[in-house]
Amino acid sequence: MTDGDLVADLLSGEYRALARTITKIENRSSGYRELVADLHEHTGSAEVIGITGSPGAGKSTLVDKLAKAYRDEGLTVGVIAVDPSSPYTGGAVLGDRIRMASTTGDMDTFVRSMSARGQLGGLSTATGDAIKAFDAFGIDRVIVETVGAGQNEVDIVRTADTVAVLVQPESGDDIQMLKAGILEIGDVFVVNKADMPGADRTVKQLSEMLEGRENGEWTPEIVETVSTSGEGIETLIETFTSHRTFLESSGTLEAKARTRYAEEVRTLLREDAGRLLEGEIDRRGGIEEFVDRISAKETDPYTVADEIITPLERCLVEEETPPQR
Amino acid sequence: MEEVEMSVEEDQRAIRCLVAKVGLDGHDRGAHVISRAFRDAGFEVIYSGLHNAPDEIVQAAVQEDVDVLGISILSGAHNTLIPKIVAGLEEYGAFEDTLIILGGVIPDKDKEPMREAGVDAIFGPGTPMSETIEFVRENAPER
Repeated sequence: MTDGDLVADLLSGEYRALARTITKIENRSSGYRELVADLHEHTGSAEVIGITGSPGAGKSTLVDKLAKAYRDEGLTVGVIAVDPSSPYTGGAVLGDRIRMASTTGDMDTFVRSMSARGQLGGLSTATGDAIKAFDAFGIDRVIVETVGAGQNEVDIVRTADTVAVLVQPESGDDIQMLKAGILEIGDVFVVNKADMPGADRTVKQLSEMLEGRENGEWTPEIVETVSTSGEGIETLIETFTSHRTFLESSGTLEAKARTRYAEEVRTLLREDAGRLLEGEIDRRGGIEEFVDRISAKETDPYTVADEIITPLERCLVEEETPPQR
Repeated sequence: MEEVEMSVEEDQRAIRCLVAKVGLDGHDRGAHVISRAFRDAGFEVIYSGLHNAPDEIVQAAVQEDVDVLGISILSGAHNTLIPKIVAGLEEYGAFEDTLIILGGVIPDKDKEPMREAGVDAIFGPGTPMSETIEFVRENAPER
């Protein structure tokens, strides 16, 4: 399969081509950048929903019920479920698929398990580009389930249009609710396992936390669900829809997309520039040689960095002001 | 310039495996052990859970684009289940470059027919884990 065929096959709706595209993105196989570049013009129609929360909060089970509900409406669903990778071997056990019992055997619920591959923000580097592949394929709703999050895995807010944060009953006192991080990023707060004792108190704590939060015109909503039974799923989907309406009518959706594109360009440039400079270091005898000289106090890290970056800087200046003749 | 391009797209390939329990048998200790061993070998393991139907295994194998499909069957139903899975993979063009390995209790007389049906290797009880891992490393399809 050449990459040109791959794009054509993906656009024509071949599941296998979509799967292989995501693999190439994950592996950063040669040619993957052109592949993603070719997909860009076909994106922009999928609605992306992020689901985050602590391990065992019920994310996967909730995602399963959401997928089922969307399928019942006749929509196609893509799920990206991220699980952690081993810091020692890089290996991973990706177990979210087990919970996706309502939609097994159905190809139009396309579930892709993804290892975080060492990333710490709750997603993997490939997640954003994999969403594009789903989007270009024509999938209506993309649900991204993060790694079981602690307090600070907030990458999802830059990736999804709507973020739902799952909170378990009895997950701490009101001081926990004051903290920065994950509780700041929810457009919707889902108190899952709402049939457990303490759910009422958690709802109350959350609403106190949300009181007086008037950044932007959207006030985060709280929805109670029991994902094992499917209770509250309908309300949750309605809430997602009203958030979507807000995003579109307020111009927030467009603003988010613009920020995302800008971030993407910057990330790519950082990677590229970093690698160009790595190459330059090698051409100048390798990093060890510089370190030797730094250790011997012949030079210092700042001077070395200056030395290496200066030629690049000079090139860019020359580009801007062509020499006059 | 070409050289720079190559280094930018640094290949970060990981071997992806689906460990699947198919049919009615409910013994998943072996599948757990192999999942963990594969993880420790640096593979990305997707575990299917118990009691999967052949079309569920096919859906998972295609969507996850796994290099290796490891199927554990202890119920004796391999002669009916395996051909169904292979046919499903073929339908989606996923049979050719998926390494299929079979674990569990497979009688000697069934081994050759299983290979003919499309199974690449059979690892019976007592196979050292290192042997299975080595086999996967050497035979995971080039893509």
